[in-house]
Parts: sequence; C-alpha cells; structure tokens
Amino acid sequence: MATKQRPSAVGKAADYLDQRTTIGVLVKELARKVFPDHWSFMLGEIALFSFVVLIASGFFLTMFFEPSMALVRFEGDYPPSMQGQLMSAAFSSTVDMSFEVRGGLLMRQIHHWSALIFIGSIVLHMFRIFFTGAFRKPREINWLVGLTMLILALAAGFTGYSLPDDVLSGNGLRIIDGVVKSIPVIGSYMSFLVFGSEFPGSHIIPRLFTLHIFVIPGILIALIALHLFLMVLQKHTQYPGGGRTDKNVVGYPALPVYVAKMTGNFFIIAGVLTLMGGTMAINNIWNYGPYDPAPVSAGTQPDWYILFVDGALRLMPGPGWEWVIGGYTLSMNILIPAVVVPGILFTILFAWPFLEARVTGDHREHHVLDRPRNRPVRTGIGVALFVAFLVCALAATNDIIATHFSLSIFAITWVLRVLLFVGPVFAFFVTKRVCLGLQRKDRELVLHGHESGRIVRFANGEYVEVHTPLDPQEVWLRTQHTSPRPLEIRPATDARGVRRQGYRSDRRWQRLSEFFYEDRVEPARPAELAAAHSHGEHDEIEARTPAAVGPGTAGQGTSGPRTAGPRTSGEGAAGPGEEPR
Amino acid sequence: MKALAARRHHRLAPVVLLLLALLTTGGVYAALAPSTAKAETVSTADIETGKKLFQANCATCHGANAEGTDGVPSLVGVGAAAVDFQVSTGRMPMQMNGPQAEAKPPQFDAEQTAALAAYVASLGAGPAIPTDEQVDPTQGDPSNGMALFRTNCAMCHNAVGAGGALSEGKFAPALWETSERNIYQAMLTGPQSMPVFNDANITPDEKRDIVSFLVEQREGSAGGNALGALGPVSEGLWAFVIGLGLLIGAAVWIGAKSS
Repeated sequence: MATKQRPSAVGKAADYLDQRTTIGVLVKELARKVFPDHWSFMLGEIALFSFVVLIASGFFLTMFFEPSMALVRFEGDYPPSMQGQLMSAAFSSTVDMSFEVRGGLLMRQIHHWSALIFIGSIVLHMFRIFFTGAFRKPREINWLVGLTMLILALAAGFTGYSLPDDVLSGNGLRIIDGVVKSIPVIGSYMSFLVFGSEFPGSHIIPRLFTLHIFVIPGILIALIALHLFLMVLQKHTQYPGGGRTDKNVVGYPALPVYVAKMTGNFFIIAGVLTLMGGTMAINNIWNYGPYDPAPVSAGTQPDWYILFVDGALRLMPGPGWEWVIGGYTLSMNILIPAVVVPGILFTILFAWPFLEARVTGDHREHHVLDRPRNRPVRTGIGVALFVAFLVCALAATNDIIATHFSLSIFAITWVLRVLLFVGPVFAFFVTKRVCLGLQRKDRELVLHGHESGRIVRFANGEYVEVHTPLDPQEVWLRTQHTSPRPLEIRPATDARGVRRQGYRSDRRWQRLSEFFYEDRVEPARPAELAAAHSHGEHDEIEARTPAAVGPGTAGQGTSGPRTAGPRTSGEGAAGPGEEPR
Repeated sequence: MKALAARRHHRLAPVVLLLLALLTTGGVYAALAPSTAKAETVSTADIETGKKLFQANCATCHGANAEGTDGVPSLVGVGAAAVDFQVSTGRMPMQMNGPQAEAKPPQFDAEQTAALAAYVASLGAGPAIPTDEQVDPTQGDPSNGMALFRTNCAMCHNAVGAGGALSEGKFAPALWETSERNIYQAMLTGPQSMPVFNDANITPDEKRDIVSFLVEQREGSAGGNALGALGPVSEGLWAFVIGLGLLIGAAVWIGAKSS
C-alpha cells in the first residue's frame, strides 16, 4: 500500500522536460490561474476555436485550389450545368475540389460556415466588451488589438469569398474596384495598383490568395497570441457580485476546470461547424457560374459582415451626388456610403475607450465589469450604433425583404433611409431611459425590498404590504457601482480675474461630460438604507441589516465580500477560488 | 450509283437539287415551327366555346372583341401561348388590381383554357402553344441553358430561378414550381414586366436548354439544404440562427454548470 509508486511514463517525460526547461514553474502558475465563469466570457472562445477550424479546413483547401486566372475549359463530370464552359483555373479547381475530391465539398462548406461564425462571434464578443465596459483601463490596448483583429477578419472573409472567381464574388470585387476608384485623386491609381490593370485583369486572384492564406492569417495569429497574453497578464474581468472587487478574481482554476471546459467547448464548436458544413449548402459557386463582367443575378449580396457597406450604398441617393470639379469627377454617392460610413464606425470604436476615460475623468483600474444599465449613455450609444448597423444591413437585403414580405422595394428603401437617421436617435433615448429606469428600480428594491404580496392589518386598522429585504448578494449587486458625475473644471478666471488658458477646451469636455452623466441615479448608500429601514416599525425588516455586506459599509474591506462570495479554497485545485490581482 | 454519277452534269440537275433543297427547308421549317400545326387542329366549335367563355369572363376588361380598353391590352395577335400561360397559371382572370397579376389556382380546366386560347389565336396570328418535345428538359443542354440563363434571366429571377424583386412591388417569381411549358411560354410571350425573348433572340433549342437547366436545379444542392438558394443573406441569417444559436446555447450550458 505504502510502497513507493513508480513514476509513470508521462511523469518521467514531464520531469525530463522540466529538468531542462523549468517549464514546471510556468505550468504551475497557469494551472492555478483563476478564471471567472460566465457564458458571455465564452464568446471570444467561440471566435478562437472557429479560427482553429478555419485554419485546419483552409489548410485542406489549399491542397487543391489553384490560384490562377488562366482560362480553362471545364472537364469534370459534375455538375451538368458546367459542362464544357470556359472558366478560370481558380473556378474550375474549386468545382473540382467540391466534386472530385473526397470530402472536398464538406471541407469547403465547413470553411465558409466557420468564417461566418468566426466574425459573428467576434462581433458578439465585442458587444459584450463594449456594454460591460471591459475596455476600460488597463484593457484599452487589448481593445485596440481586438478591433484590429476584427478588421483583419473582415479582410480575411472578403479575400476568401472572392477566391473562387465566380459571378457573385466577382460582382463584389467590381464594387470594391468602384469604391477604390471613388477615392479622390489617388483612386484610379490605387485601382490599377490593386488589380494590376483595368478591372478585372489577371492578377487579382493570385494576389488575394497570398493575402488570404499567408499575410492576413499570419498577422491574425500573432495578434491572437498578443490578445490572449494580455488577457492572462491582466487577468480576466468579472461580473459584479458578492466578494468580487477590483483587487481580486473569483472563479475556478484553469486546471482542471477550465481546461476541461475549453476542450469540451472546442469539440462542441467543431461539431456544430461540421454539422452545418455537412447539411447546409453554402456558396454553391456552380449556381453563379464562372466570373464574367456582364451578368449580375438577383440576390447578389456580400457575406453578412459586409452587408452594412452594401446597404449604405443602396440607401445613398444617386443623382446630385456626383460632382464634376475642374473636369474631375468626385463620386460622393460612392465615397460617402462605402468609405465615410465604415470610417465613422471604426473611428468611433477605436476612439471610444479614450473618449470615455476623458469625459469620465477616470484613471482607475477596472476589473469588475459594469452592468450596462449603470452606464446609460454608453449603453445608449452602443445600441444606437447597432441600430444604424442593422438598418444598413437590412438595406442590403431590400430585394429579399421585398419578395418575401410582398413589399415595394422603393418603399423599403425610403423607410430605411429615414430610419438610418431617426432610428439611432430614437434607440439612444429609449435605451438611456430604460437604463435609468432599471437603476431606479434597483435603488427602490434595495431601499424597500421585494414586494411579498402579503398584506398585514395592524391593530389600529392600517393595512400594509410586507416587503421582504434583499439578501446580501442582491444588495451587493445593486450597490457596488459608483455613478460618475460630470467633470468639474477650474473656473474661467483666476482670483485676479485673469482669463485662464485652456478653459475653453476644458469647458467643451465638460459639456460632453454633462451629456454623459447629467442624468444619473445614485446607488443606495448605507445611510439611506438605514433611514429607509427605520421609517416605521411596522416594516418588519429584521435588525440584521442586509447592508452589512454591501460595499458601502463593509466597503473595500475583506470580511464582507469573503463571506458573501464563493469560498476561498486553499490547496484544493479543483474547487472555486479567489486570486489577488 | 453509277447512273446518278453519270447524270450529275445533266442540265436538269440544278433544278432537281433546288427542288430537294426547298423540300428540305420546308420540311425542317415545318418540323421546327409546329406552331400553326396545333392551332389549325382546333375546330370552329372550340373557337365558339372560347368566344363564349371570353365574353363571360374576360370581356369586362379586355373588351367584347378582345380589342382592349383603357389601360388593358388588346389580345389580338398575342397568340395561344400567351393565353395558355396566363390562364393555366391562374394569373388571368385577374381578381384584383395590384402591382402585377399573381399566380393562383387556375380558374378554368384544360379544355376551357384550350378553347379560350383557340378563340384568341383566331383573332390574329401569334405564338402557338409549344409542343411537349419543345419543352422536354431531357433533350436540352443544361450547360448552355446555364450560360443563357445567367446572361438573360438571372438578374431578375436569381441565379437558379429562386425569384427576385422588381420596382414598385413587382417581382420576378421563383421558378421552382413553374411547369416546363409555362417557362417556355413566358420566354415566348413576355408576360407583364418580362421582356419577350422571341425565336430570333433565343432560339427554340436554346429555350429548351434553359428549361433543362431550371429543371436540373430542382434536384437541390449537393451541399445539403439549399436554404432557399437565396445566397449570402439567407446563409448569414442561418449562421446566426442555427450556428451561433447552438454555440451560445452550449456556452450558457457550460457556464451554468458551475455558477
């Protein structure tokens, strides 16, 4: 029983490695790293693992794809509609890999579905980051890294979509050519630079191929490494809750809990993507045929993540927006929707963490996430941006909406044109009001408890409804945050009445700050809570005041949170734990 | 053979050759343009029945003698093919005003439709109803049909005939359910917003190729469920609904296990 166990082969190998690299230190550190748990923290994981599936399936596809625009005659057996047609080698090899290579069509479809899911999960992940304020100090850099990856993902998607050289993607490239040409002064030169000649030329497919399989994924992999490194270094954020502060991380250790969960999730994601690739047809290029600049078919749209640009183009009025200045044409009807609109979107996104820190006057580190309701203006602007994105994306599908809902395509376009300007403003105000309302409800709940539905009559004939107090966790959740105030600035003149330099700039920032934080609801404070509980003896609120664990009283102390949060475990690696930052 | 060779310089040889050539041309024309053949087989009784049906059901708008009224086209010279297309797909008689006459269950049976077609055809020459052979998809070349469809039809009807939107609430219908004969007739007569593709523009053989391509599309996609064959919009929608739906469901499940 007590005999010395002989080391296993794995143990010996690990020891061999450790003696030479001291990797054990690192493994020990990482294995004990605590991660907080929430489903929304797995959105980024979906993106990561669909990227892994993309790399794996893409590797397979490169074995059979021929990135060439050389003219060939189709010689395969299937499909009958392609027999004997002239096409580029790129198109022909894509059809061949679909029908002649075992599993080729499945791989193509997995690759394409993975691409859609990859970008979809990136966008959802970004929503989570934005609405919970996870981009705040110290994570601004990681926000920038993430946004850069989003742009690279869009580029990866678009270059990949164009590779088969079919009519559908060729039309997309034609639009890109038009967009590039709309850029003033350098447009036509850039178009020739991109295509190597007048569109379409014979260079674009090999160029896109290099970008798609080498340059973009290479940078993406490097940035993913940086993204994850920063995440581990800065430790993961956590949702507010009992015991969770900016100074700790409450959750489970990486090994074995998260390793098991992540592995499981990888198999689920790979499984779902394979299921989709196997049962749902996607981008059947032989439906569209080999690229030819003449035809455009109904239902020609880009993949979903570029829809908003296509939609902006469809919404833009044509006549009157093409200015001829000194013999040079300036196509504002292309430039505004296809360059300015995405430009505005990404500028806002890139600048946001810095803008918000400036108007909040916030230089603190944040590791506890915001509840979206506690930042009404940020949440409102986020929803407004989303509405604008959605309106543009819907505009790109106007023909499909028209046929499927028996509507007039012109009516749809006009409604969406108005909505593009009215919708975001309306969404902003509604969202802001909803957030403020929810904050008031939180305050009300903390101060007066849940309505129990139990009516009590006192001896003097008075009726009251009994309110049950919130439990300490509920109180913590509703009172842990601070409600920022508008910036305070130094006065315009000093004591001697001399005008202060920089006052105007300060005042402008203050105005913006007022826009953000003028309407506020203060979280309930301990004094208010005490007052609320003492306003009548009939309230039946027990002496054990729930505020005892609220951050307001126990505040940043450790005794309150410790008792309220998941138990801190010592050496038991599998149990939940807490780690200092 | 020797006798034939010996007489090939006979002075009547060109005349014989000319006669043979005329005979062949006429024969081929008769074979390829059987339009009148069918029209001629209808009896005057059919025309009479058709006239009665017309006056009871169509004359209100198209005029007592199909001469057309304000905003309603004359039917003189539209031919039997147009009548057969409109009536057998239920588009005519039209039941209400709208952006365009939509297909609905036909109001007349085959016999009545034939009578109506015979009556209208008797008013003036026009394209006849195509024969079964003309619309037989097995005799067409789907590859050529694909090339023609892509250039001439796909901009309205979508790459595989799933339909598309036109201006002011009009639309090019999906062609999944349309009969081979109706597809052919539509090309021949150009109903509503559709242009006419006459036999000089797209020859009868090419029309059959297009029919053949469209029928091939009904077999579905080799890649699985075609999702309406609507392209990237439906693909994007299903990526979110099914793909991200399942994956977020799984994430909630994984996240819920510990908290």
